[in-house]
Amino acid sequence: MADLTNNLNSGLSELMSRLRSGVPGGHAGLMALLIILVLGFSVFVPNFASVGTLQSFMYQLPLLGLLSLAMMAPLLTGGLNLAIIATTNQSALLMAFIMRTMITPESSAGTTGTVILLALVAGLALCLLIGLATGMLIAYTGVHPILITLGTKSLIDGISIYLTRGMALSGVPEAFARTGAATVIGIPLVFVLLVIVALIVSIVLRRTPFGIACAMIGSNIEATRYSAIDTRRVLVGVYTMSSLICFFAALVMLATFNSASADYAQSYLLVTILAAVLGGVDPFGGFGTVGGLMLALAILQVISSGFNQFGLSNYLTVAIWGGILIFVAMAQTMRPYLAGLLPPRGGSPK
Amino acid sequence: MRDGVPSTSAQSALRRLRRRPEAWLLAVILIVGTIFSLTARDFLSLPNIIDLLETYSVQAIMAMGLFVVLVSGGIDISFAATASVAQYCAALLASQLGLPAPLVILAGLAVGGILGCLNALLIHYVRITSIIATIAMMSVSFSLLMYFSGGKSIYTLPDWWTDRIVFWQTETESGDLVRITLPIVAMVVVTLFTWAWMTRSSAGRQLYAMGGNAEAARRIGINIGRLQFVAYGYLGLMAAIAGMLQAHRVGESVPNAMYNTELAVLSAAVLGGASLTGGIGTVPGVLLGIVLLAILQNGLNLLGVSSYFFQIVIGITILASTSLTVISSRRGRRHRILAEAPANG
Repeated sequence: MADLTNNLNSGLSELMSRLRSGVPGGHAGLMALLIILVLGFSVFVPNFASVGTLQSFMYQLPLLGLLSLAMMAPLLTGGLNLAIIATTNQSALLMAFIMRTMITPESSAGTTGTVILLALVAGLALCLLIGLATGMLIAYTGVHPILITLGTKSLIDGISIYLTRGMALSGVPEAFARTGAATVIGIPLVFVLLVIVALIVSIVLRRTPFGIACAMIGSNIEATRYSAIDTRRVLVGVYTMSSLICFFAALVMLATFNSASADYAQSYLLVTILAAVLGGVDPFGGFGTVGGLMLALAILQVISSGFNQFGLSNYLTVAIWGGILIFVAMAQTMRPYLAGLLPPRGGSPK
Repeated sequence: MRDGVPSTSAQSALRRLRRRPEAWLLAVILIVGTIFSLTARDFLSLPNIIDLLETYSVQAIMAMGLFVVLVSGGIDISFAATASVAQYCAALLASQLGLPAPLVILAGLAVGGILGCLNALLIHYVRITSIIATIAMMSVSFSLLMYFSGGKSIYTLPDWWTDRIVFWQTETESGDLVRITLPIVAMVVVTLFTWAWMTRSSAGRQLYAMGGNAEAARRIGINIGRLQFVAYGYLGLMAAIAGMLQAHRVGESVPNAMYNTELAVLSAAVLGGASLTGGIGTVPGVLLGIVLLAILQNGLNLLGVSSYFFQIVIGITILASTSLTVISSRRGRRHRILAEAPANG
């Protein structure tokens, strides 16, 4: 009996540690890949190992990083949110519109500040609304998230395009743009924002009952429901969270582009899935960590910066991103075979 | 079993009909069609309908291929990229090397088939989830296409490719010329073939079985690996046909002309009742999905509604119709599959 309890306990703690850490052993490989890439580029690309590269790296990463975080939360529950780019764009458009119409050159610093604050609140409220609506549609109709979010993506994009006639809105106030480009001890503010959001998401997903419930839903939603977890509420929460992360992505987008449009960053949609899967997030749900995602993003961005400085086309970069994903997936498939050749490491079998 | 034994056959037939997503879709199409024919004068005219058929033939052909993959339990995002690559390769062969028509068409089909089989290879042997594998393949093939083509279009397609091929034509009383052209015929042939293949051949039935439960299908002796290649290869071929037809329609090969159509085709297929989890879906249903999107766009255009508005309508349609079909078929779905074979016929 004691044995049984012991077994059960160790089994449970192993499960919890797996839920918390994602796929075991995945990060080491990614870390190695990242180091190899950085070393390789430093050797072959002149001026790659410089402060300038690091800074441009930190300016470029946040948008894709935040969007990938927004994609990762639903992926963890076995879902998908195809509407993240649309949500981000609409939120950015709304904020740009408010700032542009309510701030005149004559307005004082005080009014400008108030209007910016108002715009931020409106953008946040919009994301909250979209997230709640998406989450409720998914949780209460039981339709596959791909379909629901395909619909909401179309709808949100449609509204944005209809209202703006496809034009970009510029005219972000000077104060806002300056904050976007500001640095804290040499680190761009947008990068700090990414780090903060990533930390919060990481803590929420790994250390709160809500986060554990998300991973459990991704593994087996029926079993989770029978464990007295209100899966519908958790699902609504996940899509709301995804949408709220989009708000921060919208902030970064406004700050870096100084304008907003319905068709910015559309090509990032599939790249975010690619980054998440590369970072070890199981596309069927259940497993994945923010740390792995960040490593994957760093790899993608290093490849992109390196090839850019090498003078290669952006298209080739995307092709190589796709190739890397296939390569990593192959390595994951091959791992059991390779593990048979290597001496056992004592990790849990996967 | 929950809803009891139907008392009369008429009642049960009605009930059966109500559970088929196609019935709901047809009802919606009839309602929308009636509204448009009353409000937009040209909507029901023969030229408009033929024009509509031709415009949507390319998407319909791709949807037929995607339908097969969806039924087999997979998903493919890369077919639009495949279509572009096949089209561009064929266009290069035709314009630069001046190869004869049969060779060019064969080469295009081969490119499509090979790219499709590459997907199957990644999914079956490397065991990458289909959505991930095809997203990766899409990035790779489309980006390489843009890289090597430099985004340049090919305008010098040979005459045999761009000349309209008219199978039948007539003149309406108002003097409009109505022509049944190659894209329409190709669409009809592909649709009929796919329907017959999926419902009347053993390979088609095996695909349904595999989509319903891959492990069960394997245990009754179905070769899962071979079927994966059949499904993704078929989609690759369809994408190649669609790609070459698209170039035939517009008279030039633009590398990114078909980019971003994958989600539209996917939504049409699932609107028509093809399940993302596999094993469920019918050719008529998928066709109805395309028809609904087509008449919505066309009708709104004729009514003079801004084309910017169209995407909003698509979004609402997807949300409403998927929610409705799921809610209406949720009761007794399992019962239907087990008891009434024609659910996927």
